[in-house]
Amino acid sequence: MAVATKATPIADSRASRGLWTDAAFRLMRNGPAVLGLCLIVLFVSVAVFAPLLAPYGPLEGTLVDRLQPPDLSHVMGTDMQGRDEYSRVLYGAQVSLVAGVSSVIMGLTIGGLIGALAGGLGGKVDTVLMRFVDVLLAIPGILLAIGIVAWLGRGLPQIMFAVAMTNAPIFARILRGSLLSLRESDYVTASRSVGASGRRLLVRHMLPNSLTPLIVAATLALATAIIDVAGLGFLGLGPPDPRTPEWGTMLTDSTKFLREAPWLLFFPGAAIVISAVGFNLLGDGLRESLDPKMKR
Amino acid sequence: MLKYIVRRLLMAVPVLIGLSMVLFAFVHLLPGDPAAAILGQHATPERVAAMREYLHLDAPLWQQYLIYVNNLLHGDFGISVINSQPVLHEFLVRMPATIELTVGAMIFAAGVGIPLGRFAARHSQHWPDGVVTVVSLLGISIPVFVLGLTLQYIFAVQLGWLPASGRIDPRAHLVIHTNLILIDSLLMGRIDLFINGLSHLILPAIALGSIPLAIITRITRASVLDVANEDYVRTARAKGLSERRVDSRHVMRNAWLPVVTVLGLQVGGLLGGAVITETIFAWGGVGRYVVDAINDRDYVVVQNVILIFALIFLVVNLVVDVLYAFLNPRIRYS
Repeated sequence: MAVATKATPIADSRASRGLWTDAAFRLMRNGPAVLGLCLIVLFVSVAVFAPLLAPYGPLEGTLVDRLQPPDLSHVMGTDMQGRDEYSRVLYGAQVSLVAGVSSVIMGLTIGGLIGALAGGLGGKVDTVLMRFVDVLLAIPGILLAIGIVAWLGRGLPQIMFAVAMTNAPIFARILRGSLLSLRESDYVTASRSVGASGRRLLVRHMLPNSLTPLIVAATLALATAIIDVAGLGFLGLGPPDPRTPEWGTMLTDSTKFLREAPWLLFFPGAAIVISAVGFNLLGDGLRESLDPKMKR
Repeated sequence: MLKYIVRRLLMAVPVLIGLSMVLFAFVHLLPGDPAAAILGQHATPERVAAMREYLHLDAPLWQQYLIYVNNLLHGDFGISVINSQPVLHEFLVRMPATIELTVGAMIFAAGVGIPLGRFAARHSQHWPDGVVTVVSLLGISIPVFVLGLTLQYIFAVQLGWLPASGRIDPRAHLVIHTNLILIDSLLMGRIDLFINGLSHLILPAIALGSIPLAIITRITRASVLDVANEDYVRTARAKGLSERRVDSRHVMRNAWLPVVTVLGLQVGGLLGGAVITETIFAWGGVGRYVVDAINDRDYVVVQNVILIFALIFLVVNLVVDVLYAFLNPRIRYS
């Protein structure tokens, strides 16, 4: 690949191992990115193994135990219904992971499709699709999500779709932008001149080379998706069952007991921040390792 | 310059039309009868009939859309189903509070972020740069609601240094002119009320301004580093200009461009973030109006407040683009 040859530092005497292998090596030498990766592994493991790690069920608790400060039996204390906060934070990771990842995949699919059609076909299709993207971008992200949830009703799939729609226009613009710049590149002109069809050009030559900025944007979008899902939960637009252990909804509950039970704010809050820091660090690291010309 | 402004204005027209179509669809694609959906489950058949007539639901869809646009152009942004007040009026009453909050957040973000970014660039590859990088990473990773609640807990609940919520002490006798508390208190010549209002503004403004702060710091740092490596900066140094003069006349003048763009782009995020910040700090602005409207299922309010926010965002972007063209002649003549 042309990009891979260019990407190899001149000082590096080894032969290029390909774009992705080179990038992976650079990523592993990037301290903050590795820390980000560790935080993400922690977040994903907590979500996957929540049923094994949690000492109690997320809905289990009696009013007798309500608002207990952290101690040995409840390391993060208990909430206003006497439920173990530690168990709820662990189960909350499941909701955040599923909602965050699904919304980014959904956003990538919708945005990718729009971007590929606009950048690949050009002309009127490009104009119409990009004006639609402009409209979506004109509405501040969280307000767009609020509007969509208000419109479709409360529920996790609705939240995922709403957050996806805040990301989709950004992905569409990024993909279209890199497709447009690739359209003029020498190797695409060369393939065109030997008779490659428009579809083959797009699928085989242009899309694979325009994925890097999209991967970086998607990783960073995971951080904002987790924050936005929690934000919707915080505004009371979370999962319809108020007992669901969702970090944002748990924070709303904490506001009523800020004075007596500040741990209800700190633990779910820290969980959100740790996962967002993880994806932000990894996203920045990916950007640097996929584009070696860029320095911190 | 005028030609550029006109061209830029014309570019906004298709977006405005698209925006009105999307938001028109928002209400008209509500499941079931839009009139019944807007009024809620307990509406009487008479009210539903009246709402159907008001929305012209019996007319063809394109005609309904034209009526909607016509109403918008005449300043009719619909009527709240809950309190029967015109949305635009309710919006305008609350807007000063939101302006005060977002301007406060922006002053905090730019006032701290730009010097911090310059400081980091000057010490790049040294520990102060590392500290600034960590601060800006935390800035974009801590959600407004987590930071807001934490600030509220530390500075209001625990230390008692600053008020926990509201815009001014409820016992204060403030004569409302502009509904901008800081301005109104100055108009009355009451410094004590001004300080009281300012103390209420500090925590929400910091909470709302933290994300723009992080972004502005990063962009300023990157932009200053970019320019600092240019040949003309080296030339300026070589001809013996003081470091201060190189910085102000050669580096910063050129480093401003990306910073101005980012400042403008932050307005959208600030308006969105205001919705959450106002909820935490019981700040009676437009953000709270939207949240209350969602809880009351007042779709007309939600629809039109989103429209007005998008309009504001478009206007701000337009102003930023014009400012950008003013700062960078290459844009004007391209």
